[in-house]
Amino acid sequence: MLLKVKAKSQISENEITDEHVYLERRSLIKKMGFLGAGSLLASTTSAQARGLDFFSSKEEQAFVTSPIKFKASSSDSQVLTPENKVISHNNFYEFGTKKSDPVNNAQSFKVNPWQLKVSGEVNKPFTLDYDDLFSRYAIEERIYRLRCVEAWSMVIPWLGFSLSNIIKQADPTSKAKYVAFETLHDPEQMPGQRSRRVGGGIDYPYVEGLRLDEAMNPLTLMSVGLYGKTLPPQNGAPIRLVVPWKYGFKSIKSVVGIKLVEKMPPTTWNILAPREYGFYANVNPDVDHPRWSQASERRITSGGLFARNRIETLPFNGYGEEVSSLYKNMNLRKYY
Amino acid sequence: MLSALNGRSITLIKLCIHLSCFIPLFYLYWRAYYDELGADPVEYVIHYTGIGALNIFLLSLVVSPLAKFLKQGKLIQLRRVIGLYAFTYSVFHVLNFLFFEVQFDFLLFISEIFERPYITVGMIGLFILTLLALTSFSRIKRSMGSRWQTLHNFTYIAGIAIVIHFYWSVKSELVEPVIYIVILVLLLVLRKDRFKRWFK
Ligand code: HEM
Repeated sequence: MLLKVKAKSQISENEITDEHVYLERRSLIKKMGFLGAGSLLASTTSAQARGLDFFSSKEEQAFVTSPIKFKASSSDSQVLTPENKVISHNNFYEFGTKKSDPVNNAQSFKVNPWQLKVSGEVNKPFTLDYDDLFSRYAIEERIYRLRCVEAWSMVIPWLGFSLSNIIKQADPTSKAKYVAFETLHDPEQMPGQRSRRVGGGIDYPYVEGLRLDEAMNPLTLMSVGLYGKTLPPQNGAPIRLVVPWKYGFKSIKSVVGIKLVEKMPPTTWNILAPREYGFYANVNPDVDHPRWSQASERRITSGGLFARNRIETLPFNGYGEEVSSLYKNMNLRKYY
Repeated sequence: MLSALNGRSITLIKLCIHLSCFIPLFYLYWRAYYDELGADPVEYVIHYTGIGALNIFLLSLVVSPLAKFLKQGKLIQLRRVIGLYAFTYSVFHVLNFLFFEVQFDFLLFISEIFERPYITVGMIGLFILTLLALTSFSRIKRSMGSRWQTLHNFTYIAGIAIVIHFYWSVKSELVEPVIYIVILVLLLVLRKDRFKRWFK
């Protein structure tokens, strides 16, 4: 399959306010030089994060993100979801089940040192340290739609590199058929892992998986940043998976393990409710969640309650051209 | 023992109920208007009015056991205003769903009601609450005679429908709906003598 990351994946829309602001900020980075802009951006984020925090009594220091050098995406004609929404509306049950819990509970999360272990059916297992995450592979910007299984969506400028880089470096053996991912297990830092009530009854650590060919698809991204900076903890710092044609829960956060395996690995939401969440979890408007319709979605952009933002959901979240060949001859109703 | 409450104190309690139910609802849409409800205000208003409706509904079920316990018969008068606020919040809850979630896609709205069990039971709850609200005026109440009590016994069915609706609406965080189920069961257990009489 050809590399076509920036081809059809970007459906254009005409409203450009959010993007405009973002571009302005980017040119500001250039003008001001690296360090100065870094502190400027960091301070805006922390102010936003704190502003959202009116209910929590403890005055927590906001997590500090830092700017990353990256190759900009050439065509970003989509309306982006504003940064403050991307970093304050998160499903990350390790920090609580409410959408506002992660931003409120994750600010003191430690990401450095970090170890991401690549192992399993590979000839050259290796480990990436925190600094490696940002220096081993060339970092590019990818503007992807994120479609949550709960029928809302965002458009996010991620920074990262294709997962295939990691897998190629590890050199899979012929037995490797699937890739299994694992989130950090650290109950001391993650309140949802300490208490079943806070964590929504999930057995941690959170695990996810892809078929090897899905993992090798150039769209499949390991993200280390968004909006020009390193990831904040609520978005899965320091490194997370982004699979734009699948429902958001596949895009596992704060990854510590990538293991090449022979058999289809267990995945967290599938274990929890197999009838509702399949292994594949491809975005599919024709296959409803048993409890709600997947035919349309609410796109979260800059509008408030009164925004008319319900749009049709596209097969494979609009990335069919790049990925539908992976599922030729597969019954996607059965393998949802 | 408390002395019997007089009409003035009942009016005063009613005023408090009006304020504490109306102001949060007003403030909710105020904040929504100024986009102060976080990244997904739609989810926020649906959950806020849903939980609000359920809380107020359960409060209405507390009134008569409380009146009996305190030997304050006049408190029973509060049931109507509390019940009407439970209904009001439910209406806002469903309108939020229709206006902001499905955004006037009436076909989707109708098909969701029939296809999604959690919404079907929610609709049953709302249907009963609507009948109760419409028949809550003294004139209608009088003209209905004993049938009024029969109809208003459906309150308990509504309660069961609503907690099931809540339980089925969540993805995996079952603790909160289970707490509400337990509270409802306790409130029903307080009325066990009455249920026994029905089945005699
Ligand atoms: C046609 C009628 C109804 C519809 C369409 C409806 C719709 C909904 C929807 C879409 C949700 C959110 C589910 C989610 O999180 O994805 C919800 C949750 C809820 N609803 Fe309803 N509902 C209805 C009736 C009612 C009634 C009558 C009550 C109470 C008196 C009620 C109480 C609740 C509660 C307590 C929740 C949970 C809120 C939370 O999770 O914080 N609903 N409903």
